[in-house]
Amino acid sequence: MSEPSKIVKTIASIIFPPTMVFGIYVILHGHLTPGGGFQGGAVVASAITLLLVAFGTAEIARRLKESHLSVIESIGALGFISLALLGLTATFFYNFLAGSGFIFGRIPPFGSNPGDMNTAGTLPLMNISVGLKVIAGLFAVVLVLAFVARSKGGGKR
Amino acid sequence: MRRGLAIPIFIIFSCIIISTAIMMRPFGEPKSTEMDDYIIKNAQNETGANNAVTSVVFDYRGFDTLGEATVLFTAVAGVLLVLRRYIHE
Amino acid sequence: MIQNLPYIAVALLIIIGLYATIFKKNLIKIIMGITILESGVNLFLITLGYRKGAVAPIYTNLPEGTKVPQSLTFPVPQALTLTSIVIGVAVLALMLAIAVQIYRKYRTLDVTKIRRLRG
Repeated sequence: MSEPSKIVKTIASIIFPPTMVFGIYVILHGHLTPGGGFQGGAVVASAITLLLVAFGTAEIARRLKESHLSVIESIGALGFISLALLGLTATFFYNFLAGSGFIFGRIPPFGSNPGDMNTAGTLPLMNISVGLKVIAGLFAVVLVLAFVARSKGGGKR
Repeated sequence: MRRGLAIPIFIIFSCIIISTAIMMRPFGEPKSTEMDDYIIKNAQNETGANNAVTSVVFDYRGFDTLGEATVLFTAVAGVLLVLRRYIHE
Repeated sequence: MIQNLPYIAVALLIIIGLYATIFKKNLIKIIMGITILESGVNLFLITLGYRKGAVAPIYTNLPEGTKVPQSLTFPVPQALTLTSIVIGVAVLALMLAIAVQIYRKYRTLDVTKIRRLRG
């Protein structure tokens, strides 16, 4: 396959940082605005996929092994499970941080309000862990399918 | 022969599903709203999140999300397993 | 009839997806049919949770004059649809991977020509 042109590479490097920032914003503000871990993770994974398309599979695969991705995905899953287990003083998935005054521990006033980042207890932390999981999972799938597309003809049986 | 049987069944199913869609309750006027009204009223006090959908996903129905994360993990592991021999080429 | 237009759209999506799944021979087209069927189900869940003139159930900068809870949509169907969409993506990835393997092994995607899968 021929190398992508210089225009494609330049536009991809220009668009990549805003897309990444937007995805991280969607993940971090999941408890205030539309969005959350799944949606923001999909945005970030598509940003990395843009680099994959523009710079070729070999370039990305040299820097990002798929074993690293499975480590990130495992970190996300373990964080999610342990946040759920930490609430076990009351029940599984108990929101032990909400209203405690600790980190993310404020209660917003009822009704319409401008939105306070420091609210919602465990929900932002769960958003972050699920976001890590979705980024790693989706990008691992895309990377493996790109490997398959690159392999020559696939003549072996 | 199987194809001859499949076409009438498909047409009957299509008629049933279209007539169900026409005879359903009017769009935008749900009948029973107790559960969702409770969640909308109490989500801010109980979880502290402004976004009621996030509080349902991660708090009220956390088990659902746990199972869904398991499904995602299993699917990714399945893809890596099925296409294992193309990774190190 | 006309106020039930979203339900009819759902029915049409489900019928199109089912048609592609049953009557098409190409594996990729069958996968596309399954995905269309799935989006029909997602749209059905979303339409069930809609109230007339309502906005999304998010309290950040709610528009003036919004009555709580009468003019907010249902959060639970939206949350379940979110779950369903992510599961759909996962299943789609798995189906495509298996289709790739089938093509590499049999050199065809026609389901009637894949001999060893016949019962």
